[in-house]
Amino acid sequence: MFTQQLINGITVGGIYALIALGYSMVYGILRIVNFAHGDIFMMGTFLGLFFTQSLGMQFYIAFPLSAAATAFIGIFVEKIAYRPIRIADKLAVLISALGVSIFLQNLAQIIWGTETHAFKSGIEVSTFKFGGLILSNIQLIVIFLSCVLMMGLYFVVNKTKIGVAMRATSHNLNSAKLIGINTDRIISFTFGIGSALACIAGLLVGIYYDAVFPIMGYSYGLKAFAAAILGGIGSIPGAMVGGFVIGIVETFGAAYISAGYRDAFAFGILIIVLIFRPSGILGKKLVEKV
Amino acid sequence: MKIKLTKPVLAVVFALLLALPLVTTNNYVLHIFISMGIYVILSLSLNFVTGFAGQLSLGHAAFYGIGSYVGALIMLNFHVNFFLALIISAVVSGLFGFLLGLPTLRLKGDYLAIVTLGFGEIVRLVFINWAKVTRGPLGLPGIPKPTVFGVELNTSMAFYYMAIVMIIVTVVIMNKIINSGIGMAMQTVKADEIAAESVGIQPIKYKMLAFVISSAFAGIAGCFYASFISYISPTTFIYNTSVTILAMVVLGGLGSIPGSIVGAVILTLAPELLRFLSNYRMLIFGALMVVMMIYRPQGFWGAGKRVKNIYKIKAGGGKHVGHIKG
Repeated sequence: MFTQQLINGITVGGIYALIALGYSMVYGILRIVNFAHGDIFMMGTFLGLFFTQSLGMQFYIAFPLSAAATAFIGIFVEKIAYRPIRIADKLAVLISALGVSIFLQNLAQIIWGTETHAFKSGIEVSTFKFGGLILSNIQLIVIFLSCVLMMGLYFVVNKTKIGVAMRATSHNLNSAKLIGINTDRIISFTFGIGSALACIAGLLVGIYYDAVFPIMGYSYGLKAFAAAILGGIGSIPGAMVGGFVIGIVETFGAAYISAGYRDAFAFGILIIVLIFRPSGILGKKLVEKV
Repeated sequence: MKIKLTKPVLAVVFALLLALPLVTTNNYVLHIFISMGIYVILSLSLNFVTGFAGQLSLGHAAFYGIGSYVGALIMLNFHVNFFLALIISAVVSGLFGFLLGLPTLRLKGDYLAIVTLGFGEIVRLVFINWAKVTRGPLGLPGIPKPTVFGVELNTSMAFYYMAIVMIIVTVVIMNKIINSGIGMAMQTVKADEIAAESVGIQPIKYKMLAFVISSAFAGIAGCFYASFISYISPTTFIYNTSVTILAMVVLGGLGSIPGSIVGAVILTLAPELLRFLSNYRMLIFGALMVVMMIYRPQGFWGAGKRVKNIYKIKAGGGKHVGHIKG
């Protein structure tokens, strides 16, 4: 029972972590919370649904295709809604993000209707038993894919040239500009990567739960956001840790305490961690200068 | 937007508002105006903590909900008079604000927003899951209307005038606080916490005060709403409601009382006026929010007006301050 719940928790945690990365990277660079990220995640999921169901594509073609399309949505959103007001008040960006969020949610409802869709991924579900443990191949795919993507991202950020530029931009946007980094391109790249990861997370939700609906961006977005904060917003390993912690805590809470309060555990642990460690588990402590 | 809040302008607006129920007997119109009144109080109360004390809250619907449920429950179970219930809801909401603020007001900016967001979700889940008291997702029906000397005030018109009185009381109280020493200290904390500390203002004290007062007013709005609508359910007090209230405050112009009122009026009217677009109305609404922030990030009642209002400086050339980020 215990190990079983742990595996279930890691599975959802991996999904949260993938979404959380988008929040965290954008915050790291622009110091804004992209409140439309949850809805970009939802759009990615529906694009996947569109490619596999309406166009009858195989999922291994549909996956990268919808990820690329979602990356463009993310880049487009940043260009239209955030770039013109980047230097304005942070709250203006927040409201703009909320506007984008309302827009995308309603766009999806107009195109695909408000009902819940089954997500036929074409993957046959088979389960393995190890002693008392039951593991499905879908769980393995989710865990494997989220781990590979996170390692890939970690590699890109730490070992490549664009990663160095990303880190420089996140350290100080203006000085990065001074040393010749095209910060606008880096910001677009960051939104693109974050959105693509969110799309993959959405597709994983689709194959894991077999149900997608236009307002799914809200609850997943909120919890992934909690995960990003919990791990330390702006930190990539932090977002991963946060995602897994939120996933495991809510699964255990739902299994052992009360299923109705499932979401409350995620936020409860977030509040407790923030009180004792305001910068999150792996976040850097910020020293305020006078 | 070159309207000046001179006495004649205010008097005309006030007279028009008072005359409205005499002109129209359309309950739909009155209903919208009463909801608008409730949102005006909510946006004023959020503006108090976000605009004046600089504390971003994303869980305002939680305090609205607490006030609503407390008011409804004591009126239903203990047959408490509406006006007493109003006060009790304010006190209980304020108390919750205090309890939440106690450990969390040390957190700065974005983090407080997250904690309040989490709190809002938890409160909503309690409304849903504590079925013994709240009847869970079924909600609480049959909430009594206010009675004055045995007369039940059950018409829309009565609620309309009550809403007007409540807004006036709220504006007067907030205006008094903001222009007092306490209000000045609050705005100092908002401008620069460290500077405030260096002149002997305890930031935490004023942040807490603002948070509690804001929660209490949200509670009052909640209790009024419960009695007006006579049925409440957890679906009203969701994150979207908090966001809508915040959007009203920011669109209206952060840190401005007339701004919050204008914001609430516009955001309640806009979805109604956009009804002819049927399915596309929320789509357009979202796009309009983005456009508004791009072309007028300081809101309808912008910074220029505020500088003039607070410091009585002639705002020559209409230059806006406070939008340069280092």
